[in-house]
Amino acid sequence: MPEYQNIFTRVQVRGPLHAGVPVAKGPWMREGKPFFLHLAGELGNAQIGPLYLGTLGVASFICGFIAIEIIGLNMWASVNWSPILFIRDLPWLALEPPSPAYGLHIPPLNQGGWWLMAGFFLTSAMVLWFFRVYRRARQLGLGTHTAWAWAAAIWLYFVLGFLRPLLMGSWGEAPPFGIFPHLDWTVSFSLRYGNLYYDPFHMLSIVFLYGSVLLFAMHAATILAVSRFGGDKEVEQSVDRGTASERAALFWRWTMGFNATMESIHRWAWWFAVLTPLTGGIGILLTGTVTDDWFLWAVKHGVAPHYAPIANIVDPAAGGKP
Amino acid sequence: MAMLSFEKKYRVPGGTLVGGDLFDFWVGPFYVGFFGVTAAFFIILGTALIVYGASQGTSWNIWQINIAPPDISYGLSLAPLMKGGLWQIITICATGSFVSWALREVEISRKLGIGLHVPFAYAVAIFAYVTLEIIRPVLMGAWGNGFPYGIMSHLDWVSNTGYNYLNFEYNPAHMIAVTLFFTTTFALSLHGSLVLSALNPAAGEEVKPAEYEDTFFRDFIGYSIGTLGIHRLGLFLSLGAGFFSAMCILISGPFWTAGWPQWWNWWLNMPIWSLGH
Repeated sequence: MPEYQNIFTRVQVRGPLHAGVPVAKGPWMREGKPFFLHLAGELGNAQIGPLYLGTLGVASFICGFIAIEIIGLNMWASVNWSPILFIRDLPWLALEPPSPAYGLHIPPLNQGGWWLMAGFFLTSAMVLWFFRVYRRARQLGLGTHTAWAWAAAIWLYFVLGFLRPLLMGSWGEAPPFGIFPHLDWTVSFSLRYGNLYYDPFHMLSIVFLYGSVLLFAMHAATILAVSRFGGDKEVEQSVDRGTASERAALFWRWTMGFNATMESIHRWAWWFAVLTPLTGGIGILLTGTVTDDWFLWAVKHGVAPHYAPIANIVDPAAGGKP
Repeated sequence: MAMLSFEKKYRVPGGTLVGGDLFDFWVGPFYVGFFGVTAAFFIILGTALIVYGASQGTSWNIWQINIAPPDISYGLSLAPLMKGGLWQIITICATGSFVSWALREVEISRKLGIGLHVPFAYAVAIFAYVTLEIIRPVLMGAWGNGFPYGIMSHLDWVSNTGYNYLNFEYNPAHMIAVTLFFTTTFALSLHGSLVLSALNPAAGEEVKPAEYEDTFFRDFIGYSIGTLGIHRLGLFLSLGAGFFSAMCILISGPFWTAGWPQWWNWWLNMPIWSLGH
């Protein structure tokens, strides 16, 4: 038995190249001639391609390309078009949103106008991608679960870059584009609002994030463990339960007294993954709009303890003199 | 008896690691085994100690219950019960119950004739816990470097420990871990969606077989990893997230004591930037 742990494929099974289920005739067809890639076959299917571009795919790709170009060229301009500095400083470079002075007005290009434009094109790319995923699923007669899961991710992005700045009355509230800069923004955002760890929706989002990783580890390990009984054929196992499903279910029943079914584990998975950005977006949306300080919120509601003051400090923002 | 309709034929003796057939039985839906007994011992003792610790604290408020590790001044020695000794015994109980649970999973896997992927995956989670509560405190020379047991208190610990290194998001292992956490969740949503979309097609459509799943993903991104591959990918991503989480805290303190933003100076100080100047 220790022989069979199914981590990598020792013998690659390659059927004939599959062109895909027939697609309805239209102006677009599937692009590219499919081929085998040995490395991909070590882990999963060896076949690469074909790809369906479609009008929505091309439009989404163009919008995404424009956004990346705007961000990249602005970063390059910020180091005086020096190629060496661009590479050296890339993790620190940023395309910053307009300063708070501009409120919700449209600023000059180099004062945050480019940021606004990049955000517009990135959002467009993501929304077009949603419609593309929705349409691909429907054309094959599948459910639209992937599109709606993607919509949950768009929601979080939309809250951060558009909805919350709108409610706060300033584009400057949004995060910048850039590797370290967006991390700096995240840390200072948390500190500015009294530590996001006390934000109940942030707590939920983390629970679902960690829960998703836990669920995927449990689910993936279970399926690999019963793969010798055909456990990876999940759709077939769902409609016609085999010994793989039975052993997978019993493993968890005997371990923790409860088990999902071959279909329901994917509902658990879908909801945990989708609720991560959904609750996270709510947590961000409430920050600064509904509450100014999550720590004080937590103290007020008995979540965090009340500490007796150790020094008499008057909040300057409250109008008192220090 | 809490038995599923097909369960009886799977309830056969054998597969145990320790104890022969002495503990080879079920209680309700739970399999017991030797490690079920040890797990129950550690879980009951540990939970009782947590409740006792809570009773000696200032509040029964579930958010505010806190059982702290010993003060740093105790180093790696045993502390009095109310000054961190409880935390030390609870840590032993937690580690004992986690390891028992993993070995019990091994016995159940053997009994069912399935692979050992789940206990292996669980071992990675145990490794992350042991890194936080045992390995790192030992390397830093004091149990006081472990995190406290309590809902808000452990969040405070994470926050404070992060700011000890100025900005923890510059920790390269933390970056990898966070990326893997997000990627795993993303991959999970794609996998869950795909299976549900094949099982719950548009009104009037039939349930779709795997070639539809493959076609959808090839149309979508040009590649379908396949029904077996996605579970390998999911396991690697999720275990990677756990492993790099352990790494990011293990290097903070024992191997790096400055702020994490400064760590990146090696990149800025590489000689290649001044070539030709």
